[in-house]
Amino acid sequence: MTKKLMKGSEAIGEAAVQSGCKLFFGYPITPQNEIPEYMSMRLPQVGGTFVQAESEVAASNMIYGAAGSGERVMTSSSSPGISLMAEGISYLAGSELPVVIVNIVRAGPGLGGILPSQGDYFQATKGLGHGDFRVLVLAPWSVQEAADLVQDAFDLADYYRNPVMVLGDGLIGQMMEPVEFRSDRTPIKELPPKTWAATGCDGSRPTNIINSLFLDPEELERHNHKLKAKYDRMVADEIRVATYGAEGDFDVLIVAYGTVARVCSTAIDELREEGLRVALLRPITLFPFPYEAVREAAVQARAVLVVELSSGQMIEDVQLALARSRPVHFLNRMGGMLVSPDEVVAKAKAILDGRSAEVFHG
Amino acid sequence: MQRDVIMAGFGGQGILLIGKMLAYAGMHAGKEVSWLPSYGPEMRGGTCNCTVVISDQPVGSPVIRSPRAVLAMNLPSLEKFEPNLRPGGLLLINTSLISRGSSRDDLNVVEVPANQIATELGNPRAANMVALGAYLGATDVVDLERVIEVIRETFAGKPALVDLNIEALRRGHQLGAAHKVAEA
Repeated sequence: MTKKLMKGSEAIGEAAVQSGCKLFFGYPITPQNEIPEYMSMRLPQVGGTFVQAESEVAASNMIYGAAGSGERVMTSSSSPGISLMAEGISYLAGSELPVVIVNIVRAGPGLGGILPSQGDYFQATKGLGHGDFRVLVLAPWSVQEAADLVQDAFDLADYYRNPVMVLGDGLIGQMMEPVEFRSDRTPIKELPPKTWAATGCDGSRPTNIINSLFLDPEELERHNHKLKAKYDRMVADEIRVATYGAEGDFDVLIVAYGTVARVCSTAIDELREEGLRVALLRPITLFPFPYEAVREAAVQARAVLVVELSSGQMIEDVQLALARSRPVHFLNRMGGMLVSPDEVVAKAKAILDGRSAEVFHG
Repeated sequence: MQRDVIMAGFGGQGILLIGKMLAYAGMHAGKEVSWLPSYGPEMRGGTCNCTVVISDQPVGSPVIRSPRAVLAMNLPSLEKFEPNLRPGGLLLINTSLISRGSSRDDLNVVEVPANQIATELGNPRAANMVALGAYLGATDVVDLERVIEVIRETFAGKPALVDLNIEALRRGHQLGAAHKVAEA
């Protein structure tokens, strides 16, 4: 197996192709244009189709139709574009259609800026559209992990018949790192045939109807219960979490995801060299959030530090997990500014010295 | 052991290219690498930079605020990145385009007349290779031969440029090797 040096965006595109994705619909927006660019080059080579839609709204409805045919489908966008897709994503969830959606998050609100941010955490995990639904959200911290998670995302989407979002930022998209694609990869789930797909019907089976409209409230409530049971299965079976420097004892537990967690890992190396015991817990799935893992890891620590590129979003889930059993501290940058290892080191020291004030939400 | 460098200059000087070549060579040498370009609203002729990390361990932060080395191909780059260099770090200054020296006294400075050397070799556009060579010579981050292999791969479609770029790399390497910096 040889490693290739690839841009994150290209690795995401190649991972989709390797997963059997044949159809891509999207609309350009910085900083993720290399994904549709790659797909427009690559899909025709494998007998697939790339369409640049007239808008994100159109793209989200094209993936709806294409997913309904049973093909593997992907779209990608960045924050403002994802907001435009919100209606379509709600319909996809209501109709139980498997698609992979990549959000290379940029700073907001509004048009904001094009530099890295984690300001779409709430949107991705709590409210990606109207109605009562969830999507699996996977957050890579490296180019290799982005490629791996995109491949897993297709399996998970098919298995749960649900949209799956891969949430990255401009660093993941723009950075080049070595990537390896395994030729012997097998699906991570047992995938039944898509007997529900609208593939044309000659009368030999009941007509398959893909729909999210249920005017009978009793019928809709049954549908809501069915969806809820599915989300509960995701919570039971799909939580993924990684740790760094958590093998021994530690006094401060950092919780961070995505590229911010990479920055924190460097800070932890520096702190350990000075004999300061700090560890990292990194949620890889943001929905489902690893509440139990956060709670268990925090038992060892005196304090918890949440590091985010937002005004404070994941910190609410961390505080929900901890239920005030540990003081929670917060370090953040916004607007496209990045947290540096030095800032994390300084904050961790301030916590250990009692110079940092804990924060409360709710 | 981790080595990192911020390479910076005008758009068009081939900064991103030499950064990529360094990352490729590091990967071929079995190291962990990351290459991160500056991206943002830039205009043609504006500044551009990239950060390359080469390490024996998986790369932590791909963003380096306080680099071990800076390669400044023009004055705005020197002014932007010189203050952030670690004490004892390596500063390569392209003296063909930058008329001032370092404003710090705690750095290892290597002056590289990159454009001048490239022009002597017949093509001023190879200045980036001279600079890359000087960085390699001063740091031994990656074996020179590894980078020469990458040059052969990169310019496979333009064979006329292969020898020129290898020669430019070697000239820079000689210059850098006279100023070895162990920790950069």
